[in-house]
Amino acid sequence: MPPVIEVRDLHTHLVTRWGTVKAVDGVSFTVSARETLGLVGESGSGKSMTCLSIVRLVPRPAARIVGGSVLLDGEDLLTKTEQEMQRLRGRKVGMILQDPMSSLNPVFSIGRQVREPVSMYHGLRGRALQERAAGLLASVRIPSPAERLRAFPHQLSGGMRQRVVGAMAIAAPPRLLIADEPTTSLDLTIQAQYLQLLEELQEKHGLAMIFITHNLGIVSKICDRVAVMYAGRIVEVGPVRRIFQSPAHPYTRALLESIPRLGARLGRLTAIEGQPPDLARLPTGCAFAPRCPHVMERCRAEAPPEITVAQGQVTRCWLHTPA
Amino acid sequence: MPGDTPGGGLVLAEVAAPTAPASRSRNVPYVSLGIITVFVLLAVLAPLLGLADPFNQSLRNRFKPPVWEEGGSWTHPLGTDRLGRDMLSRIVWGSRVSLAAGVLTVLVASAFGAAVGLVAGYYGGQVDTALMRMTDATMSFPVILLALILAVTVGPSFTNVVVAIAVILWARYARVIRGQVLTLMHLDFIAQARLAGAGAWRIITRHLFPNTLNTLVVLVTLQIGYVIIVEASLSFLGAGIPPPTPAWGSMIAEGREFVTSAWWVSMFPGLAILLVVLAFNLLGDWLRDTFDPKLRQL
Repeated sequence: MPPVIEVRDLHTHLVTRWGTVKAVDGVSFTVSARETLGLVGESGSGKSMTCLSIVRLVPRPAARIVGGSVLLDGEDLLTKTEQEMQRLRGRKVGMILQDPMSSLNPVFSIGRQVREPVSMYHGLRGRALQERAAGLLASVRIPSPAERLRAFPHQLSGGMRQRVVGAMAIAAPPRLLIADEPTTSLDLTIQAQYLQLLEELQEKHGLAMIFITHNLGIVSKICDRVAVMYAGRIVEVGPVRRIFQSPAHPYTRALLESIPRLGARLGRLTAIEGQPPDLARLPTGCAFAPRCPHVMERCRAEAPPEITVAQGQVTRCWLHTPA
Repeated sequence: MPGDTPGGGLVLAEVAAPTAPASRSRNVPYVSLGIITVFVLLAVLAPLLGLADPFNQSLRNRFKPPVWEEGGSWTHPLGTDRLGRDMLSRIVWGSRVSLAAGVLTVLVASAFGAAVGLVAGYYGGQVDTALMRMTDATMSFPVILLALILAVTVGPSFTNVVVAIAVILWARYARVIRGQVLTLMHLDFIAQARLAGAGAWRIITRHLFPNTLNTLVVLVTLQIGYVIIVEASLSFLGAGIPPPTPAWGSMIAEGREFVTSAWWVSMFPGLAILLVVLAFNLLGDWLRDTFDPKLRQL
């Protein structure tokens, strides 16, 4: 089955006062229908910028997509006009942002906001529109949807609002759903419910999903594959189980070791030494070299290529040079 | 135990009840609304009130004092002016000019200014820079000077007054609305609308504009008072509404030579301006406190 989305060698640069930052530096990945790819990494590692590049909404004028291709069902989004992109956004690619508190317009009722994309995508009017909107709210498990349509955002809890945002994102329904840390500001029980809901929606509509997070617990729960980003590059990608059991890249290993575990109370949590790199002044060679416990001569000289370590698991690290 | 708490607790309890500002902001300014309603009614119903003809001159009746002064009569409750025209009637008819100028000017200015602010804030970058330079330049130009130029070149008229003030006044709206849009643009619902496929027009009209309405209403109300004063100043200077049309500003001007002998000729139109402007300002303040207490700088 061909992938829904295929990102090939994507480069997005940010022009800042301190120089040009390669926010996304040669990222490639694919996601198929009903598959979830987790995108993890520290703040500033390029996760969000990668996804904004897919929908061509990188913050202008500072950011610019300078190379690569983004194939959605085989069509390159980077060659489309802005008008074509507007027709694609929401209809083919939905996105859920992090903060449910500000992702709804405070001056309009939920109903008006949910109806907007529905009427835009399906051209519905009147009763049919109203029913479809209520149906959407019901599909994200909002109790008594017809009444909730009359509510205003401030009258709903964070979890409810995030469900409304979810409902609007699947109004089309799209082929690809990008969720940018959608559960960060929800409390834990609501998080679990929301993740379950996303999985159901994915199953129902056959969505390909990209899930951005720094929470590895969520990755293990909801993702099929995971891509670890560092300084604008994917340093390791593979099936979740493999990555968790035998991480190949020292950065992935460090990330996994810094998760607090129940029962393991021996000593302190492991932190990753050093600071995230200054993206405007990346070292030649591997970006992680300054913080890497296994750093070698070669790491500082040359950037490591993609090396396949196991079935579906690829890393960029000299430790795994084929002999 | 409340009874057991030492003195500190008592002090705290007293301090913790500063309800005055909050309750005041909820006090609807009935007096202001009343004044505005009265003047609007007077302006609208002026021809139906059975008042004396505001243009009717009668040199025998010039400088008649108001009814409560010696020599006054109920035929001219507020006295007459230099040409024997009825003051009350002229003030009522003058309210038409002042209110119409205030409302019309502010509507034109706010519509244009808001549009500029929305576009500048939404597009940012060079569009923003260009539009804001234009705004700054406009704001540094004195209204009175522009009106005088218009009056000299085109001749004074109601339209010119509205144009002269609106051409300068929009800049205030552009600035304030742009500032608001800049903060709104960082909120996720704008990003979310874009992600849902909304274009510039839809985002500006459906998402940004409705969120700036509160500010606009407050600013419009506050500015009506200001425009009434500017219009009166222009009429006072002879660059506003040309005589014999009754306008409060020109009425003050006509009476100023006789202030010592016939104080009412200048005083009553002045009082009318004071009342209306004060009413609009108080209403605007209340709207601001109620709608958005964060807008202190307006």
